[in-house]
Amino acid sequence: MPVKQFREAIREAMVEEMRKDESIIIMGEEVAEYNGAYKVTQGMLDEFGGKRIIDTPISELGFAGIGAGAAMNGLRPIIEFMTFNFALVGIDQILNNAAKIRYMSGGQISFPMVFRGPNASAGQLGATHSVAFESLYGHFPGLKVMYPSEPYDAKGLLKTAIRDNDPVIFLESEQMYAMKQEMPDEEYTIPLGVGKIKREGKDVTIVAHGKMYHVAKQAAEQLAKDGVEAEIIDPRTMKPFDFKMVIESVKKTNRCVIVDESHPFAGMASEIGFIIQRDAFDYLDAPVLRVCLPDVPAPFAKNLFEKWLPSPKEIIDAVNAVTYRN
Amino acid sequence: MAKKADEGFTPTGMVYKSTTLPKPTQKKHKSLGIKDEQLPDIFRNMYLQRRFEERAAQMYQKGKFGGFLHLYIGQEAVSAATVHVLNDDDDIISAYRVHGMALARGTSPDACMAELFGKKTGCSRGKGGSMHFFDVERHFWGGHAIVGAHIPLGAGLAMANKYQNNGRIAICFFGDGAVDQGSLNETFNMAQLWKLPVIFVVENNGYSMGTAVERHSAGQLHKRGEAYGMKNGVANGMDFFSMVDTLTDIAKEVRETNEPYFLEVKTYRYRGHSMSDPGNYRTKEELEEFKSFDPIERLKSYIIEEKVASEDELNAIVEEVEQQVLDSIEFAENSDLPDESELYDHVYVQKDFPFHT
Repeated sequence: MPVKQFREAIREAMVEEMRKDESIIIMGEEVAEYNGAYKVTQGMLDEFGGKRIIDTPISELGFAGIGAGAAMNGLRPIIEFMTFNFALVGIDQILNNAAKIRYMSGGQISFPMVFRGPNASAGQLGATHSVAFESLYGHFPGLKVMYPSEPYDAKGLLKTAIRDNDPVIFLESEQMYAMKQEMPDEEYTIPLGVGKIKREGKDVTIVAHGKMYHVAKQAAEQLAKDGVEAEIIDPRTMKPFDFKMVIESVKKTNRCVIVDESHPFAGMASEIGFIIQRDAFDYLDAPVLRVCLPDVPAPFAKNLFEKWLPSPKEIIDAVNAVTYRN
Repeated sequence: MAKKADEGFTPTGMVYKSTTLPKPTQKKHKSLGIKDEQLPDIFRNMYLQRRFEERAAQMYQKGKFGGFLHLYIGQEAVSAATVHVLNDDDDIISAYRVHGMALARGTSPDACMAELFGKKTGCSRGKGGSMHFFDVERHFWGGHAIVGAHIPLGAGLAMANKYQNNGRIAICFFGDGAVDQGSLNETFNMAQLWKLPVIFVVENNGYSMGTAVERHSAGQLHKRGEAYGMKNGVANGMDFFSMVDTLTDIAKEVRETNEPYFLEVKTYRYRGHSMSDPGNYRTKEELEEFKSFDPIERLKSYIIEEKVASEDELNAIVEEVEQQVLDSIEFAENSDLPDESELYDHVYVQKDFPFHT
């Protein structure tokens, strides 16, 4: 099978869907002439032209809202944010308009659209450019949220997102765009809301999504050397979330560590932890622990940033705690 | 010498005359392409909006329904002219003072009153309420209650029309308060840059809630279009024929050129911002002055003077509308509330979405 980058996987998903459906357009900053700030849309202007690959001004509110209006009236826009950190100035269009108008209209209107772009931190970029938004978007009824960690998942999920008739928040990462994976040539999709056990193990369940999956993977490899077999679940879709898969795993391992590149207060880890205590209380041999960001904005200084970001060591420490090995 | 900040930033302590109307057109209805037999129906349309809201206010005060209630009374010429001028499949989107526009477009008084009452027979199935009327079948796209947030949606409707090359244009209404939002400026820039067939209409009724337009907006509102090279103008919103005269030209131009237009309509609301507003920010004299220009009375007098219909014939329409509105109240009262099972309906298109619990 050919090996492809994450950015290519996303591009292929969009290209393949756009060839089949004339109503799909892409709007965003630098998506056309510049070929994408992160080269995700490279070459797409050449193939689809300026009617379908549309450069926007730096007006996230404006193009998120215009995209939403176009979605109401027959198009299937893909809105690219250069990062989701910039979507904050337009977030009302997502949270109030795309997410709620269907409900307020009694089902008369739908928003078949995707908001996609990089999420969370990407090195030393300072506090405004380093926020993970999955728990925020997941909080709002009306939205679906995906955050794949690997090229194969990204392509299959994005195709599902584009075909979905509801608004989907599709989160990526600058630091994952160059990641490579073998990809099949034949067409496939990945269903919404279905996680994947990416490493089987019997001693502890680690739930890790997006970029944090790779940190968890490193931790699991180290733990294996110490004789601890971690089961890693990558939920892939954040909303709806595959709680069933997590609960089944916890029933087997009786221990769980959640890795989440969000701040601790009311983040994804909080919700996953709550569901585990509710639905698998009798199976737990230790309190569920989480490894997430501290409750402070992203620092710039290298040493502080490295301390801020979840690390394999923190995950190993948490696993040692829930397995009472320390 | 420069004014000191301790004199205050936003001017206070004086009452403004909030808006000045341009002179109404002198054109007669026939020269505007309006046939004799259309005039009584136009009167009916405007009077229905008026009477519906007067009765709705009574029902609100009686505690028949909750929520907010923002009345359009005084501004009915704007909605009536809009639906008269535009094609039935042109797309209309508006803000939260929206009952009149829905009724003008043809949403039934029953469905509108039932929505106010939060009944399942309402035009948004009881999920939207006063501020969120929708009737997509009639190309009426709401009913939006975050000030200015629907302005990009209006441009998006137009973008889809242009993309699909379907000949439809969009018209997007908002109040003078919305002109101050960033959403307007971002949308204007993109609408002009992309040449979207949309008419933006600010219904300048003089007040952004309780703040006179001179106190909340720098410069003339329609001139905001100038910065983007967007064609713009002003119309008298208290006069149906003036509105038709202006909008007809604009609609034709927008349809032909596929370019946006920004129209400032000078109008006036007789009632408060919402039902809880005592209106201390304006004078009785101002209110009375605008009531003397009442668009419905003006049209009625015109119809009688031009001998298109007699006063008796118009009074018969008034009676019919009165009955229609009373019937709508009965309909709303007798309608069922939404089933509790509908709580989870209409969140997603997906039928089997696994809701989190």
